[in-house]
Amino acid sequence: MHPVRRQRLFLVVFIIVAASVAVGLMSFALRENINLFYAPASVASGEAPKGVRIRAGGMVVDGSVKRADDSLFVSFLITDGEADVEVHFTGILPDLFGEGEAAVVMGELNEGGVFMASEVLAKHDENYTPPEVAEAMDAAHQRAQKADGG
Amino acid sequence: MWQWFHRLGSPRWFYQASGKWLPWLSGVAVLLLMIGIAWGLGFAPQDAKQGNSFRIIYIHVPASFLALAGYYVMALAGAVGLIWKMKLADMVMKSAAPIGAALTFIALVTGAVWGKPTWGTYWVWDARITSMLVLFFLYLGVIALQYSYSGQDAANKASAVLSLVGMVNIPIIYKSVDWWYTLHQPATIKLTEAPSMHPDMFHPLLVMILGFYCFYAVVLILNTRTEILYRERRTRWVQDMVGPAGESGQ
Repeated sequence: MHPVRRQRLFLVVFIIVAASVAVGLMSFALRENINLFYAPASVASGEAPKGVRIRAGGMVVDGSVKRADDSLFVSFLITDGEADVEVHFTGILPDLFGEGEAAVVMGELNEGGVFMASEVLAKHDENYTPPEVAEAMDAAHQRAQKADGG
Repeated sequence: MWQWFHRLGSPRWFYQASGKWLPWLSGVAVLLLMIGIAWGLGFAPQDAKQGNSFRIIYIHVPASFLALAGYYVMALAGAVGLIWKMKLADMVMKSAAPIGAALTFIALVTGAVWGKPTWGTYWVWDARITSMLVLFFLYLGVIALQYSYSGQDAANKASAVLSLVGMVNIPIIYKSVDWWYTLHQPATIKLTEAPSMHPDMFHPLLVMILGFYCFYAVVLILNTRTEILYRERRTRWVQDMVGPAGESGQ
């Protein structure tokens, strides 16, 4: 290859590598700040600070959603399989919020370890199924559960 | 082998060759987009959880794919222009920048519109969305640099260097949903596994992605041809084609 062009090729490769290393190092240095939310295990271990506005996220535990009769107050548990966090929220929940679905909550962790949320966002997964297929899968799942239980 | 490469770098050859292919490519692009839009928006089944609002995926995902792929096109063209001093490569880089910027903008806006009913918010500063915004700014930066210098050579060098520096953003965007906790969900279309989407929903998405690729190629060729005509306006072949001043030409 023409020597001057080879030199420029090295320059190009160097720019790409140097930029990647720089960005990689910066991302590593800031790695705690790139996550949007704390996982319940981090909240339980004390990594998440109390009394400041943070976000937490996890799967809403089946059967944990409790609503008040006379207000918009709702409480539920979120989990990552390792720890649970109790969340209190007063307001309207997004349409896609539900048990067995992931949620991201923003608010403050109080002294008692309860997350007082001012905002609840629903996180949806990457699976897309038509309604009939989802119903068929649910029905088969329930039949399998009955067979196990019975 | 190098002869083919160097012939490819002739603006005149590119202009004439692309002129022959453009009508066919445009027809294919329009056909694919029309089929994909009708199929995806009208005939694909709705989603069990999101209902009909998931259909924005047929715009959002192809635009995002092309915004990322188009950045590599721009960066590669910039690199070729830097190394081989090929005028055509510089023209392609300049032409690719506004297309990529527009596609990134479409991805961000359709994402926001999709996010409000599903997540509950138009915007959140998670890794995926923020890195896409950075991509948008990179594109704008490359466009701005083209107009910031009095000499075309300096402008090309600056734009090419910015494109190359920003290349690291593409894998970050792609992997952001895997490496960090984000609100944006992980990839539905995976490299090594089957897509986590029913085929009736996936096939129109494939058609749209293909249609967007063809559409990108058409717009890139159109922009590059315009750039060629402008930059080569003093050459004989352009003046012969366009006709003497005052007369309407091709």
